[in-house]
Amino acid sequence: MKTNEEIPLKKILIICSKGTIEDVYAALVMANGAVMEGIDTKVFFTFFGLDAITKKRMNRLKTATVGNPALRMPGGLPFPSLLGILPGAEAGVSWMMKKEMEKLDIPSVPEFLEMITAGGGEIYACKLAADMFKLKKEDFSEHVTGIITVGELYQMAGGEGTQIVFV
Amino acid sequence: MATKIYKGIPVEVNEEGYFVNPSQWTPEMAAEIAREMNINLTEKHYQVLDFLRQRFLQGETLTIRSVGKSGIVDVKEFYQLFPGGPLKNACRIAGIPKPVSCI
Repeated sequence: MKTNEEIPLKKILIICSKGTIEDVYAALVMANGAVMEGIDTKVFFTFFGLDAITKKRMNRLKTATVGNPALRMPGGLPFPSLLGILPGAEAGVSWMMKKEMEKLDIPSVPEFLEMITAGGGEIYACKLAADMFKLKKEDFSEHVTGIITVGELYQMAGGEGTQIVFV
Repeated sequence: MATKIYKGIPVEVNEEGYFVNPSQWTPEMAAEIAREMNINLTEKHYQVLDFLRQRFLQGETLTIRSVGKSGIVDVKEFYQLFPGGPLKNACRIAGIPKPVSCI
């Protein structure tokens, strides 16, 4: 009888395609967590996810107040969509999200990138999306290793015990 | 649960090798635990272990970030001192439970 032996996770590639606070942090927490476990970690930012590694934008990520049915007011009541369209609503909600995260000692985006690379993780930008948004190497955080193509990403995905996660 | 002998003293450890009772730990045992993980402890290692034990005994949640802000090592040095999972490995060597933090 063949046993179902588990192969431990050795390498993970995390693709972050979105630029909201919650999506970017999901990718960063998973990436940093993998680095902490000694797993070979590569994070690939594409499309709006590029905001997280763009110097001018990485500290200004937002949470959507419109089209976000899970958003709640403090206290738990649903956040009315009409309120979400008011000027400043998105900024206010995003500010609150960041404040709550700070209370839990969750690092800022630049600090997270620093922690990931300090532990040997690698950060990449997607070439096609960078071209589309007219972003160059100098627009990105110093922690970005390079701007790469999809093909190059897949070349990094070889080996037993490798997984790809898409955010 | 298992029993391990460090420095001639039987110590209760869990299935991953973490001390069940942190008060059984002595700095002399640390070197022996570290050797199991192919780490040779230096003065810097001991400073980090002390920091972790202190924070743990104060009931704080241990994170890589807090070690990086300790003034002893930065995050990069922490990874170099305890390769392949610094917080986990350092906690095991420091005789305290496996950290439960996600960051």
